[in-house]
Amino acid sequence: MARAAVLGRLTWRVATVAEIRAETAVADTLVFDVPGWPEHRAGQHVDVRLTADDGYAAQRSYSIASAPTAGRLELTVQRIDDGEVSPYLVDVAQPGDKVEVRGPVGGYFVWEPGDPAPVLLVGGGSGIVPLMSMIRARAAYGSRVAFRLVYSTRAPETAIYADELRRRQRDDRGLDVAYAYTRTAPPSARRPVGRVDPVLLAEAGWPADLEPWCFVCGPNGFVEAVANLLVEAGHPADRVKTERFGG
Amino acid sequence: MGVVTRGFGGRRRQDPELPPGQYLTDDFPVLSAGPTPRLDLANWEFFVATEAGARHTWSWAELRALPAEPVTTDIHCVTKWSKLGTHWEGVALDTLLADVDTAADFALVHSYGGYTTNLPLEDLTGGQAWVAYRYDGAELEPEHGGPARLLVPHLYFWKSAKWVRGLELLHEDHPGFWESVGYHNYGDPWREQRYWGD
Repeated sequence: MARAAVLGRLTWRVATVAEIRAETAVADTLVFDVPGWPEHRAGQHVDVRLTADDGYAAQRSYSIASAPTAGRLELTVQRIDDGEVSPYLVDVAQPGDKVEVRGPVGGYFVWEPGDPAPVLLVGGGSGIVPLMSMIRARAAYGSRVAFRLVYSTRAPETAIYADELRRRQRDDRGLDVAYAYTRTAPPSARRPVGRVDPVLLAEAGWPADLEPWCFVCGPNGFVEAVANLLVEAGHPADRVKTERFGG
Repeated sequence: MGVVTRGFGGRRRQDPELPPGQYLTDDFPVLSAGPTPRLDLANWEFFVATEAGARHTWSWAELRALPAEPVTTDIHCVTKWSKLGTHWEGVALDTLLADVDTAADFALVHSYGGYTTNLPLEDLTGGQAWVAYRYDGAELEPEHGGPARLLVPHLYFWKSAKWVRGLELLHEDHPGFWESVGYHNYGDPWREQRYWGD
């Protein structure tokens, strides 16, 4: 069991948008200044609350994208067309705008930098976000734990963090990145268009006898399929941690 | 009222039937911390272990032979979604506990796969909780906790343990899986008891 994640009452804190970066056509990274924000652990999420001027409020949970940093928080939000909070964050929010956040939340889908076990990250779509926090945390801590990322995305242009992953694959020793393009692959792709399958997991993941931690995040159907493949490949169920989005 | 967020109007889908901070969904999202266990009904059993050391068990056939009840209820997930008017079928905990002699105040619920969750025993009796094996007119799917899950809809849905295996009845409260890592020990959605200290 992971150690306790939250020590006291989680209070709502004012978060001010400091910077916005476009990631894809439908996803932005919002950088927030949050006075008093404690360092999160890589993989955790945060509750976001928006309040209208008549008091109407809406809350959602978002995975944290940044490495643990006191007082600062990055969220990568993909717009859901019929959503209530994500269209505001992606289309309306500007630097200087204020929202409220509460967290960090979640003490299980977390990478512990002191754990020497190798790590396999398998992300589908925006499920890359908490995995990116782990990759950034690994670099920030100077960890040498071996990381392998398998990232499933529809096409090159839908890949979040593509430039940073390219740079980190070159500069972060011990980080390997493999893609599964499910609709359109770039000319440089080493494998044809297709979903994450046992061959890719065998080539780009870890053998079960190395006892890696496996973190799988994405839409439920993706997570269900990948988690089952990992169990079938011999990974014990309690080494496979999942975070699922949507229905 | 919190800090006003400039330019936010909201879609006003807020429903008076929803607990604070929740939004409506028509989907049935899945939240599981690990892979979905695949269980063999031939080896499946449900147990109740009392604080005095007695152990009661039911095979799958024995469970299904007990009187079943239809349950129509709203469910509320701590991750903010609520789903209204869901239809279930299962055996009331009142039925399973009828012949169990206990003076325990708490239950630690165990699931296949190792998940646990805790709650006061009084929240499992009085027509408030079931071992549910059918959802929306069909056998409960593994992703949603099949073959059987606990259904305690008056608390946040993580208390409704998937792949339920049994109850350990205890004199003292023992935090379960999520309750040990920051989530509220009791989890009443109407009091918005999401996290420790709420």
